[in-house]
Amino acid sequence: MGYLVAASLSEALDALNKGNAAVIAGGTDWFPAMGTRPLTGDLIDITRVPGLRGITRDDNGWRIGGATTWTDVIRADLPPAFDGLKSAAREVGSVQIQNAGTLAGNLCNASPAADGVPPLLTLGAVVELASAYGTRRMPLSTFLKGPRQTARMPGEVLTALLIPDLPATAQGAFLKLGARQYLVISIAMVAAVVTLEQGCISQAALAVGSCSATAQRLPALEADLIGRSAADVLAAGATLITPAHLAPLSPIADVRGSAAYRMEAAATLCARALALTLKDTSHG
Amino acid sequence: MDKHSAQHITAFHLNGHVVEVEGTPGERLSHALRERLGAKDVKIGCNAGDCGACTVLVDGAPVCACLMPVQQAAGRKVETLAGLVKADPHATRLMDSFQAHQAAQCGICTPGMMVSAVALLRDVAAPDAAQVQDALGGVLCRCTGYRKIIDAVVGAGAAQPSEGSGDVGTTIRRLDGLPKVTGTEAFGDDVAPADALVVRVIRSPHAHAGFTLGDLDAYRAAHPGIHSILTAADVPGLNAFGVIPGFIDQPVFAVDHIRFRGEAIAAVVGDAAIMAQLDLDAFPVTWDPRPAAMDCTSALADDAAQLHPGRAQNIMCRGHVACGDPDSALSRADVTVEGRFTTAFVEHAYIEPEAGFATYDGTRVTVHACTQAPVMDQDALMQILAMPRETIRIIPTAVGGGFGSKLDVSIQPFLALAAMKTGRPVRITYERTESMQSTTKRHPAQITMRIGATADGRISGMTFDGDFNTGAYASWGPTVANRVPVHASGPYHVPDYRATSRAVNTHCVPAGAFRGFGVPQSAITQESLFDELAAKLGMDALDFRILNALDNGIPTVCGQTFDIGVGVKQCLEALRPAWDAAKQDCAAFNATNTAHKRGVGLAAGWYGCGNTSMPNPSTIRAGLRADGTVVLHQGAMDIGQGANTVIPQIFARALGVPVHRLSLLGPDTDITPDAGKTSASRQTFVSGNAARLAGEALRRAILSHVNAAPDAVITLDDGQVSVTDGTQHFTLDLTRLDPNPAGYVLEVNESYDPPTKPLDKNGQGAPYAQYGYAAHLVVVDVDLALGRVRPLHFTAAHDVGQAINPLLVEGQVQGGIAQGMGMALMEEYIPHRTENLHDYLIPTIGDVPPIDTLIIEVPDAHGPYGAKGLGEHVLIPTAPAILNAIHNATGARITQVPATPARVRAALKEAGHA
Repeated sequence: MGYLVAASLSEALDALNKGNAAVIAGGTDWFPAMGTRPLTGDLIDITRVPGLRGITRDDNGWRIGGATTWTDVIRADLPPAFDGLKSAAREVGSVQIQNAGTLAGNLCNASPAADGVPPLLTLGAVVELASAYGTRRMPLSTFLKGPRQTARMPGEVLTALLIPDLPATAQGAFLKLGARQYLVISIAMVAAVVTLEQGCISQAALAVGSCSATAQRLPALEADLIGRSAADVLAAGATLITPAHLAPLSPIADVRGSAAYRMEAAATLCARALALTLKDTSHG
Repeated sequence: MDKHSAQHITAFHLNGHVVEVEGTPGERLSHALRERLGAKDVKIGCNAGDCGACTVLVDGAPVCACLMPVQQAAGRKVETLAGLVKADPHATRLMDSFQAHQAAQCGICTPGMMVSAVALLRDVAAPDAAQVQDALGGVLCRCTGYRKIIDAVVGAGAAQPSEGSGDVGTTIRRLDGLPKVTGTEAFGDDVAPADALVVRVIRSPHAHAGFTLGDLDAYRAAHPGIHSILTAADVPGLNAFGVIPGFIDQPVFAVDHIRFRGEAIAAVVGDAAIMAQLDLDAFPVTWDPRPAAMDCTSALADDAAQLHPGRAQNIMCRGHVACGDPDSALSRADVTVEGRFTTAFVEHAYIEPEAGFATYDGTRVTVHACTQAPVMDQDALMQILAMPRETIRIIPTAVGGGFGSKLDVSIQPFLALAAMKTGRPVRITYERTESMQSTTKRHPAQITMRIGATADGRISGMTFDGDFNTGAYASWGPTVANRVPVHASGPYHVPDYRATSRAVNTHCVPAGAFRGFGVPQSAITQESLFDELAAKLGMDALDFRILNALDNGIPTVCGQTFDIGVGVKQCLEALRPAWDAAKQDCAAFNATNTAHKRGVGLAAGWYGCGNTSMPNPSTIRAGLRADGTVVLHQGAMDIGQGANTVIPQIFARALGVPVHRLSLLGPDTDITPDAGKTSASRQTFVSGNAARLAGEALRRAILSHVNAAPDAVITLDDGQVSVTDGTQHFTLDLTRLDPNPAGYVLEVNESYDPPTKPLDKNGQGAPYAQYGYAAHLVVVDVDLALGRVRPLHFTAAHDVGQAINPLLVEGQVQGGIAQGMGMALMEEYIPHRTENLHDYLIPTIGDVPPIDTLIIEVPDAHGPYGAKGLGEHVLIPTAPAILNAIHNATGARITQVPATPARVRAALKEAGHA
């Protein structure tokens, strides 16, 4: 039982490869999950691994390092497509949580209500996983297997999120429905990224969280939106959303709301998130 | 793995000094700061990032210290409140501003609030309210309703409002306020010596089960560092506690079967380091789960398991009040309404979990713990320990919120038993989940009411039937069953009335006292139906209430009349300007908005101060020392509401000296006489009267020494007591007076017990010497498609008879409204499911809108200088006012609280909204 402050990625991976060890970064999910139970294995702290924290870009797009915090995202200079992700970052727990918690941790924790997942799905995020044996990449939707389940192997660290370039006019938005302000787990949430060309939608991505085992994109809705004019979509509002569009969702009933309510709220939030992207777009 | 820090030291800067600490791997920074570095100003409320009490700055950024491994702090700069107030100019200004605005009530969240505010002020010199809300949104407060905190941060850079003289009726800062803003206030978890053993309690994971303990000796042998394991066999006296004679039914340790999830079966006592690493799940016990009855309906069923012998159908007790002939009054009514309303378990959610420590010297056991009722704790321990009163000393710590639940013992028996068994100082602190699972809640209620009115708008008949889920053990269930029928009419003239209540045992956590003792639940029903009745009559909801409001000389449903002091009409009238304006504003908004609708609602309430037809005296002691100091022994527990300021203000007025001249002592059962429990809105009224009598008695004693007239002026100055009587001036020669063993040359002890009369079989009598009155108005916004309700503004009128300290009144009102909002919109404790502060939601700083407090002063015949109690009144009208506003906005009538978005949306659809 020990605590390793990893000085390099390889050091972290070597330690992890020995087994009976857990990765810790922001700790915002790790400590609540532990509760009062004693620690039995090693802890590997990756927050001081050089290069693991921060947002950079290269020719293909953006790279969000595995130790990047929500506050880092809020403060980063990013194109409007990331507005949904930034908005989600501001709604993660509280300032205290945003200062410590990481996007990668949010994904690895794999809560159905993880605030980061819908916006990252709409951005087409790819997950980069490193182990002592190499690096592999997969779409976020593949990485998330179910509640508290991911494709991460025990020896792997989520080292980065890779986000492909989107058109400069792509506009993101995010809406979270909870029973209070701040510090709230969502009843339902929706992220959208929409690109307009000459007043019509040329690209659309929508994802809904807290309404299925893992957050889901809505491909049928996205397809139906292509070619529609912004004015049409705004005028149609929630009537635009059909049950078929929401087919990927399978909400449960819990203390936060019934399944039927969640379905209805998802449709409402989809329409409102779309409206936000359309109203925020300067290139109408 | 050479950088493994299993045995490594972590060094960082703490408040400007380099510190080194040897934490265990992954040890929470909050734990290391408090237990290894003595930074007790860092408070722990949840250990899950849900409450923010432990907020510290790490390299300038606010983080929850409970979510950071101490090793992560290596080389970094950690700042806590105690350090900031010494070195940071923003913190210094906040100290002043928080005190001036009374932004700290109990003070447990204050370090988290102020540290977060320092980070904001470093970034934004003059933040607005919205920026303050964003920055402080991660810190929960259960006392203040947040608005004074917002005011204090927004106003930190401005000149602070000046204080009054301290006389009754003037606002002064809390006399005990400074430690709350410097991080030096000592709460239950802050007082144990470093070598204290730690107690942890083994609890049932099931709602109903038999159990068999395994080989405890072997378990102990396998865990070096465990000093003792306590079970029912270790209880020398009665293995039971409770608060009402005849209902002492909850075991300290269950013997062979448990009746609720979280019930204690054993406690392990050991070295702190060992206990921190102990896996309680491995404790040797075998469970035999049995079917559980989790609500009244299932517990009342014929085939339900009986929880306690002698309580047929699991009905623990009943309450009944009747007058006139309600059935014929209802039959001759021109309109009637009927409704069934359901409420949930509500958790007190004070940010300070139960904590304390105890010592035993071979003769006396001393318990230091957060409590609302030190002498009741002593009473309980006398029975459990089979020891006389003088061998049990209770020294209350500062209390980080109580609201009723800290009236009952929780940790005290475990502490006392463990200290006596081990002979060592012992400490305990409940985990948040443990606190939520095992301590009392507000009773869930199922209430049916029928109310009639004649065409002229007068009430004609009212019947009330309420079932209250009192959980597995009695606690204050009998009080709820008694109080509700007395209050369920609301503050109205109802000549024909019948109310019956039942407290039903179930396999749930015990329901007990929570601000209002069942009255908030009944008010939801009655005040909602009043709106329905007014609508059927075609009357304005405010006019209808004023027409039927109680008044001087009009009997209550208990047949009690008051010659003076009934102030509900004044409260309602005071709302009229806000009512008229809000109706117009909402109509204008609704004319142009389709997705959101706004509505205004109101409700009134009343509450009898003190025990129901039972004695509940308070005694206040004071003395004059030979050095000229006047000492007030203040034993009325201040749990944040302000008794430490109110009681001295009253005493000072009676004595005729400035309040700041007093020296305060207590609470401590060795030195402060019994001022009763902090409950039932009784401290300002009952202990306040005892303080008034004590002040008057000391005044008489001083004046009689110099034969001065009763209106002579007493002056305390420079160790001298002088008296000016007209043109004559005397100085008491204190050296000529013999000090008593306590060191007082003059000492007084005065008691006050409110004059009440017993209730007969129909609940007729004089249950309370005094009622306080209230009326709330709220404007809400309803998102029609999502069912999300946001209160936008409250106006709250409270008849307090005489405000002793008007800013304290505002603080009570705002805090009560926040709790009422929570009950109305989001709070629902469900065993197994909402046992933490992220599944159980209380309002945050972003939820509570601006609140206008209208202080109404209709003097009471008995209260000190006319003052009335306030603590419960502030919560009673809030929830029904919100439900009425939702109805006003949308036409949807909510009959189940909390009105979560899903429930509101369902009601909206039922009301015809798309």
